[in-house]
Amino acid sequence: MSSYPGSPGGARGVPPADAGGPGGPRPLGRARTRPGEQAVLWLLWLCATISIVTTIGIVAVLVFESIPFFANVDVAAFVTGTEWYPFAEPGTEAFSTGVLPLVKGTLVVTAIALAVAVPLGLAAAVYLSEYAPSKVRQAVKPALEVLAGVPTVVLGYFALTFMTPLLRSLLGAETVQIFNAASAGIVMGFMIVPIVASLSEDALNAVPQALRQGAYALGATKRVAILRVVVPAALSGIVAAVILAMGRALGETMIVTIAAGNLPTMTLDIFAQGQPMTGFIAQTVAGESPRGSVVYQSLFAVGAVLFAMTFLANSVAQWVVRRFRQVY
Amino acid sequence: MGLGTPEKSAQQVTSDMAAPRGRALIERPFQWALLGATLLALALLAALLADVLIDGAGRLSWDFFTDYSDSLDPAETGIRTGLTGTMSLMVLTAAISFPIGVGAAVYLEEYASDNRFTRLLQLNIANLAGVPSVVYGLLTLSAFVYVLGFGRSLLAGAMALSLLILPIIIVASREALRAVPQSIRNGALALGATPLQVTSRQVLPIALPGILTGTILALSRAIGESAPILVVGAVFSRRADTWPWELFEPFGALPIQIFNFVRQPEPGFQIEAASAGILVLLALLLTMNAVAIFLRNRYQKRF
Repeated sequence: MSSYPGSPGGARGVPPADAGGPGGPRPLGRARTRPGEQAVLWLLWLCATISIVTTIGIVAVLVFESIPFFANVDVAAFVTGTEWYPFAEPGTEAFSTGVLPLVKGTLVVTAIALAVAVPLGLAAAVYLSEYAPSKVRQAVKPALEVLAGVPTVVLGYFALTFMTPLLRSLLGAETVQIFNAASAGIVMGFMIVPIVASLSEDALNAVPQALRQGAYALGATKRVAILRVVVPAALSGIVAAVILAMGRALGETMIVTIAAGNLPTMTLDIFAQGQPMTGFIAQTVAGESPRGSVVYQSLFAVGAVLFAMTFLANSVAQWVVRRFRQVY
Repeated sequence: MGLGTPEKSAQQVTSDMAAPRGRALIERPFQWALLGATLLALALLAALLADVLIDGAGRLSWDFFTDYSDSLDPAETGIRTGLTGTMSLMVLTAAISFPIGVGAAVYLEEYASDNRFTRLLQLNIANLAGVPSVVYGLLTLSAFVYVLGFGRSLLAGAMALSLLILPIIIVASREALRAVPQSIRNGALALGATPLQVTSRQVLPIALPGILTGTILALSRAIGESAPILVVGAVFSRRADTWPWELFEPFGALPIQIFNFVRQPEPGFQIEAASAGILVLLALLLTMNAVAIFLRNRYQKRF
């Protein structure tokens, strides 16, 4: 916050005329505002406000660009429909605008990603925080950061040209389609392992040593102390880590665009195609979708659903941290 | 461990007071399982690097860097537009996001008072960091490409990436500013400097290495991104050979080039050209990260 004691900071964020004003230690004479200083302060304030403008812009764009879409499309049909094909002429038989297949695609891939990332990330966190010698930790943590920094288009390439052939050779090419939700989900899971691991490790490190020692005093082995005392004590942080990672998975685009196929389906077969919301947006914009067309409007309607889901996930994570945090 | 070796003492308790029970036997396997899971995550990274090295190293040549993309012959295709595009995007994104991000951080850290508006700003910045990158693409597509009339241009792409990394730059810069000791500000104020002079002549120079490190890391995130610029309309064709000053020309980017290679079923594109492009992209990112770490270690002052 303000580093200048007593600096008024300006009501409603307006920068102060005389920063250095009454209250704290201040120069003997009244600090003079040099010509232009006020303007610079206003400029800094403006920079900070751009983040608010961005948020308002996102919401406004998603709302106003998708309003015309719902002139053509019944909201109920959008929310409950199980077929998605907005490319046809509105009103014709083929034109169908149920968003559920895309939502299903997103949820399936996210679930697979979490099934991979939660056990691996949690195990890595427990190992790093409770067992690893400091040399191992110094080697493993930067490596995990590198994994987190790999561009998603690279992970998409890896899902399509490594994971999918691997699954096909293990489970049979009849079972596993070339484009499928499983390999996209698995690779995405590895992508979010570092998020789960590093945030959970922070939570585990925050558990006071006294709790571990108490468990040992009662005869617990190290494993029992971890499973019964340390992990439960850190649970709110771990849950928040998993939800934040889920938010990342929901919004991940390139892996699914490359590896999960471009056919929205209602199937729960994870080895079949299942286009998620992000995949639809990326693949459709890459093609032709002139402004004003129904397809263009549908991008923003789908984007609004996606934004709402990730916003919900992030808000829940923040709420969990605030509500359940144990302060030792 | 505060208690010396609690693990041992716990095991002694079991062996002294009762026959060793089964659960003591699974202590070691439990630890190995945790280590195994950690290594599995890293094994995927190793497999990925080995995979692109094996498939892509042979395809790298001078021509690969200077050739335009060729949609017919995989042996003739190159990443020229991707390289110029990524370089131009990086320059413009830095030019847009660095001043705004640092300005916002300076305001929040040095001047803002603790009121509701400031708390709203902070919460908002935290939330923006969680917005999917493709949504930034949609924002730019509507607001900049169409409403403001930028078209599917380099400037629009740089705007999308700038908005995406602004929260990262703000958070990193705030941390760097916070690490500057209060005594330096007080000393400068006592000598009669105005608050802005304190910020510009004392606080910012000390915080600069930290701010630059954060900015370079944020930029490396930006140039690896594909989704937002794909939505804005990045292309890979010959006409997208764009330099940083050609603001309203079509633009490409290295990740978009890779995406285009991967989409073509022919192995010469999908495997070889794509992994060669990936090698270039990873080398670029690695260099940026190395520079960031060097700056941090070499110039950062500790108090």
